[in-house]
Amino acid sequence: MTLLSVENVGFSYGAGRRVLKDISFSVPRGSNVGLVGESGSGKSTLLRLLLGLDAPQTGRILFDGQPLEAKNRRYLREYRKRVQAVFQDPYSSLNPAHRIQRIVTEPLRSLKIGGNHLEMAREAIASVGLDADTLTRYPHQFSGGQRQRIAIARAIIARPELVLADEAVSALDLSTRVRVVDLFQEISENMTMVFVSHDMGVVAALCDQIVVLDRGHIVEAGATAEILRTPQHAYTQSLLASIPRMPIET
Amino acid sequence: MADLLTVSGLSLKTADKLLVEDLSFSIGQGERFGLIGESGSGKSLTSFAILGLLPASIRPTGSITLGGEQIVGASERRLSSLRGDAVACVFQEPLTALDPLMPLGRQIAGPVRRRLKREGIDSSRAAVKREVRVLMEQVRLPDPQRLFDAYPHEVSGGQRQRVAIAMALACQPRLLIADEPTTALDVTTQAEIVQLINALVADLGISLLFISHDLAVVGQVAERVMVMRNGRPVEIGTAQQVLTKPHDDYTRNLVAAARRFDAALEGGA
Repeated sequence: MTLLSVENVGFSYGAGRRVLKDISFSVPRGSNVGLVGESGSGKSTLLRLLLGLDAPQTGRILFDGQPLEAKNRRYLREYRKRVQAVFQDPYSSLNPAHRIQRIVTEPLRSLKIGGNHLEMAREAIASVGLDADTLTRYPHQFSGGQRQRIAIARAIIARPELVLADEAVSALDLSTRVRVVDLFQEISENMTMVFVSHDMGVVAALCDQIVVLDRGHIVEAGATAEILRTPQHAYTQSLLASIPRMPIET
Repeated sequence: MADLLTVSGLSLKTADKLLVEDLSFSIGQGERFGLIGESGSGKSLTSFAILGLLPASIRPTGSITLGGEQIVGASERRLSSLRGDAVACVFQEPLTALDPLMPLGRQIAGPVRRRLKREGIDSSRAAVKREVRVLMEQVRLPDPQRLFDAYPHEVSGGQRQRVAIAMALACQPRLLIADEPTTALDVTTQAEIVQLINALVADLGISLLFISHDLAVVGQVAERVMVMRNGRPVEIGTAQQVLTKPHDDYTRNLVAAARRFDAALEGGA
């Protein structure tokens, strides 16, 4: 069962060079797919297309069998109910003037979702491992890791089918990163996730499938275990070989 | 091995806050020393203190000696000359360390000219240019002919960091401080820069203070490491011991976290 299907997508900004060339891959429902690439790989542009912020110039993106209509506002409102995002920087993605309750319940209001919002906020905040009194406080009262948990609570409160995460643990310290990766693993059991990152280690820990991007092309895609064990493309091989590993006990 | 840098009982405080407390370590001649810490650990402040670049609001106490010379309390004039010939630094973001409006060759020429003048050697334009070319080759910058006249935005991040390293080496320092020098770089570029720093330090016989939050990267560079947390030292030892058999609980947690991602890469997530 395919939830998201990217078919022969090409994209360029203005009249500039092609940022994405003939990108095709699919995201099965319930899976975690990692989009890995270094700077200039096109991974951020691809994410913008998946968010519906831009439309591909060639090819198409299907969500649940229907074309993603990036220019159709009514479609996008429905799309956002089903697709939410978590971004890299927990410092800039939370409005500093708002209490956490207002921040976390924002998708419910903007998507006109009914129900007891306070109750839903309590549930969301508990599911990311934070106390209920978090809701009455402000973003500056929390550490980077806690803020990212709040951003995750906001992303899952509307019970989306798909979560798009953009370098969502890259700004966190190592020990915090491990705990937030654990949290992503937990929440992804009930939904589909696309995890965009330059960090192969994090993607390997979280995703069952990997798509490797280099300069706008997919150089390799497949099951994580397979790609890690026997990378086929020279770029994937050099990427894996470049990652510094911890020394081994002697 | 005589110590080049000795930090003892170093504390850094503002009017109302203790930022670094009772830090002691030393770096031998030709030794590669790693400083590991997460954000807020005080690792970068420590490097600023060694460079004599602390903001006026932060007061250092204790002692830092570099080649026998006291840095804590030294005059700005004295510090400025130490930064010229004893210690040089490479920072995280080469784009902000370089002047965007000046060709790369001229940026490297600045510290080269100062050193030649200081040493009373020929500092004519031709001599400076010759020396710049030598440095550009030393940091393995490709196509030096073209890069000499190129501007920072015209070259890649890795090449910019090579230029920053060439500038740091231009004054022939005895201690090179590298503060998160690969953090802003792609992983393939990071591997090249780590290799370059290791090779240069060995070839030139200088000492290295390598500062990073990334345990595995530090492990590729340093012989001895110190782990800092909230301004305090938590563990110091050989890189092998600290990164494979840590004594302290905090270090143990960090090492376990780093190994978790290593294990995931081995397919054992």
